[in-house]
Amino acid sequence: MNYNVNEKGYYGEFGGAYIPEMLYPNVEELRQKYLKVMAEPDFQKEFNQLLKDYVGRPSPLYFAKRLSEKYNTKIYLKREDLNHTGAHKINNTIGQILMAKRLGKTRIIAETGAGQHGVATATVCALMGLECIVYMGEIDIARQAPNVARMKMLGATVIPATSGSKTLKDATNEAIRDWINNPVNTHYIIGSAIGPHPYPDMVTRFQAVISEEIKWQLKEHEGKENPDYVVACIGGGSNAAGTYYHFLHEEDVKIIAVEAAGLGIDSGESAATSVLGKEGIIHGCKTLLMQTKDGQITEPYSISAGLDYPGVGPMHAHLCKTGRAEFMSITDKEAMNAGLELCKLEGIIPAIESSHALAIFEQKQFNPNDVVVLSLSGRGDKDLQNYIEYFKI
Amino acid sequence: MNRINKKLQDNKKLLSIYFTAGYPNLNDTVTIIQDLEKNGVDMIEIGLPFSDPLADGPTIQESSTQALKNGMTTEALFNQLQGIRETVSIPLIIMGYFNPMLQYGVEAFCEKCQELGIDGLIIPDLPVDVYHEEYQSIFEKYGLINVFLITPQTSDERIKYIDSVSNGFIYMVSSASTTGAKSGFGEEQTQYFKRIANLNLKNPQIVGFGISNNQTFSQATQYAKGAIIGSAFVKKLKEHGVGSISEFVKGVIG
Repeated sequence: MNYNVNEKGYYGEFGGAYIPEMLYPNVEELRQKYLKVMAEPDFQKEFNQLLKDYVGRPSPLYFAKRLSEKYNTKIYLKREDLNHTGAHKINNTIGQILMAKRLGKTRIIAETGAGQHGVATATVCALMGLECIVYMGEIDIARQAPNVARMKMLGATVIPATSGSKTLKDATNEAIRDWINNPVNTHYIIGSAIGPHPYPDMVTRFQAVISEEIKWQLKEHEGKENPDYVVACIGGGSNAAGTYYHFLHEEDVKIIAVEAAGLGIDSGESAATSVLGKEGIIHGCKTLLMQTKDGQITEPYSISAGLDYPGVGPMHAHLCKTGRAEFMSITDKEAMNAGLELCKLEGIIPAIESSHALAIFEQKQFNPNDVVVLSLSGRGDKDLQNYIEYFKI
Repeated sequence: MNRINKKLQDNKKLLSIYFTAGYPNLNDTVTIIQDLEKNGVDMIEIGLPFSDPLADGPTIQESSTQALKNGMTTEALFNQLQGIRETVSIPLIIMGYFNPMLQYGVEAFCEKCQELGIDGLIIPDLPVDVYHEEYQSIFEKYGLINVFLITPQTSDERIKYIDSVSNGFIYMVSSASTTGAKSGFGEEQTQYFKRIANLNLKNPQIVGFGISNNQTFSQATQYAKGAIIGSAFVKKLKEHGVGSISEFVKGVIG
């Protein structure tokens, strides 16, 4: 079984490029050039240099001793939270800004939910001196004020998405519309492993540095490259894609994807796409998405803005359908408790997204000798207000 | 012969009007279609509303959101169109995004269209190559014409490919934009219209995006077979209701 994208842009039955003709020239240009550009030695050199000197890679692979003792298994945390800007998102924006420059683009647009991808995009635009416009749902702007301020300080223009539900899905629509209206000078930096081909594959490849590092780091710790499990939370699925990438075809490595159940799978307030979703088309690709019987895309819910997306990337839809990955869902409450537990046991305040992944240890029993590598995709600074309100701190 | 092909043989410039089904009110659909025909419109695009209309600007987005709130669904639209051919004879096209059709079942959707007397479909997010490989035979089986878009950025080579797959007309998007974003045409558009006219395509072209009145209609049809008005009409309905249809159409074609 192949879990990578095929030459037509599909992962099994998922993927493709279902885009209006207005976007065809841009997406086609990217499709023809992305692999070639990424393979160029000077691109590789610049990308790796920035990941090292600017982002601070490699991010540590940390053996979480007290957490491991509590759950009686061996837990390693891949510390993406220690990256510059506080999450894995920067890996992709560094890659895409270098891509945009090589394609001769002078204007960058992006969508953002919680603001992490927006901040990571504004950061690299400042670094490269390119104009940056970030679309963000009106509701998200109100609940993520610190990140809005960060983007502005970094020189970006933040435009509220006022259509539809005024959240991530609508910010994505607005960014796509901007691209339609500015077809020549603009590159759209998609923040997750979603969108029309080649975006899911390109984003995955930029994030694949996560699993590349895990391999050699685990070898140092455990004397073997492959863990028994890799675990990541999944909204659109970019940190998950990067965490799994080099293990996709290693059959002895089990893959766990953790979705946000919100208030509960059957509560009507959830973002557990693998359970509640059905095959359809969202933002230019065929994948699993939450929708009405009639094919209208529905509004997901999660306490975590980064997991609050009605679809999953097409690669993940394929991993789900083929059974390669085990999908678990975690409620707001379970995630918040797991987040607080990591603070107390390890002295690390995780992003609420990552807290969803941490919560699986309450649900699933691992063997004492199992090596579990979990992607700690982001730090909790941005979520302080949420933690404060939730725990009445 | 399909009504679209027949209409394209008329010795005149064609006016096609888009509206969003279920807007302003859920049950306005049939009234709007009948009034448009009565007032001399040549072809109608019935918009099947979608929650996430990527290629549309604010006017059509809002009308879609409202139509869905009003209770419009694929099934409801088909029910409203039941018997439409008893009163309406001009070509009718359903314009909508691909996901609702996919969920209905592409073949079932096409079969239903044929049964109701729908002549064609416009699906902005169904790319021509996917259509060609997976769906063309189904559309043809039910006598439906699928209409593709081209833009100023579409290469000549790709336009020729689209022309070869098309069997009705080509929807020529006047500028790189979402619907309703721009009004009127400049030198750049005229050059583009001329360039396309000089390609001598087998399918006639109908211009869309940026047309709102008599002046822009005349400009757009100077080098093309016809023009499509969407956002300007939806806006008129929003502001003045279905009673304003006659006034609107007269303002375009006199």
